[in-house]
Amino acid sequence: MQEFLQQTIVANFNYWIYVTLMMIGLYAMISKNNLIKKLIGMSIFQTAIILFYVSLSVKGTTDEVSIPIIHHHQEEAEHADHGGEKKGAAAAHHEPHAIDPTKYANPLPHVLMLTAIVVGVAILGVALAVSQLLYKDYGTLEESEILAAIKELPSDHG
Amino acid sequence: MKFFALLAVSVTWCLLIYAARDFPDFAVPDSPANGGKVSNYFLEKTEENSHVPNVVTAVLADYRGYDTMFETVVIFTAGIAIMAILRMTPGGSTGSGALPPAVPRRKRTFDGSELIVSGTCKLLIPIIQLFALYVIAHGHHSPGGGFQGGVILGASFILLAISRNLDAALQRLSEKRYLMLASVGVLIYAGIGVMSLLLGANFLDYGILSQILPATDAAMARSHSMLGVEVGVAFTVSAIMFAIYANLSTAGELKNGL
Repeated sequence: MQEFLQQTIVANFNYWIYVTLMMIGLYAMISKNNLIKKLIGMSIFQTAIILFYVSLSVKGTTDEVSIPIIHHHQEEAEHADHGGEKKGAAAAHHEPHAIDPTKYANPLPHVLMLTAIVVGVAILGVALAVSQLLYKDYGTLEESEILAAIKELPSDHG
Repeated sequence: MKFFALLAVSVTWCLLIYAARDFPDFAVPDSPANGGKVSNYFLEKTEENSHVPNVVTAVLADYRGYDTMFETVVIFTAGIAIMAILRMTPGGSTGSGALPPAVPRRKRTFDGSELIVSGTCKLLIPIIQLFALYVIAHGHHSPGGGFQGGVILGASFILLAISRNLDAALQRLSEKRYLMLASVGVLIYAGIGVMSLLLGANFLDYGILSQILPATDAAMARSHSMLGVEVGVAFTVSAIMFAIYANLSTAGELKNGL
């Protein structure tokens, strides 16, 4: 039992969290009647995906792995100071360094999620604008009432 | 209806959890996502290609430059779309223009004369804006960049609109100005891309810009162009963030907002 829990939950807890959050968002999007609550569900769904991607980019504990910002100028400057003046700062600047990729977190999911957050903001803004327009026309944000009002309207656009 | 929704969600939950057993464990350095050639190439070569320590910014503005450019266009389009949606008067609609308030609005007693709120915001807003400029300008050496700094800059204007009123914010960033700022941001980004096209390289291939930037080699030209690109992104994002707030809070009329 202990081993089972260790293997399925502890080692994979990020997936449990993202799946649960995603399903909360999906449930809100399906079952809630209010359009704003649906939008909140959509935001939770997006957040779950962002969490999923960012958790994929983790490579280890913070002692072993740092954020993907490479500290090289500093090291090179120290090198130049200690190693005398035999190479100028510019030369040291261009010297290729062996960088161990396992020491830095994976940058690619971060970039993808940065753009996903931006798209999320754009979607949320447009969706809120559309719901304001609906409220202006129907006086309600409840989906069932809007659908009923649409059915009552004479179908003049065919 | 709710029962079926719950059923569907529960079944999907079980399927996804079952699938998660086949995923790599948390924090494994050689998982398929982390051990791939692409992300390791970014980590190993960014310093050599562009002298930019922040790999995230380098990937965002250089390696995936197309993506980010159209990301900026997405933000720009969203801002324009919000204005268009809120200001249209659809044929056959019963809407009279203004949003009918569900609850009668309380008389606002808070009009910026509240000493503590307005005084605190007066002190905070310049610092927030200064920090936003730092986040933009230092985005390729420390965490930050155009999107992050732009959002902070937009938030400072939104704070002004909340703490005093929308008119005070619109006086400083009027509709004409924020639309111009948003367009100029996209223009800067696309312009840097076209400039490298004119010099004979590919679109958004910044290395060639060392021919016109003084005292740079190809790598430093990439670094400087990334800064220029980030400034363009920040212009668009800050202007559109404020535009979204101003239009949504007033149903597109830009007066008597929150």
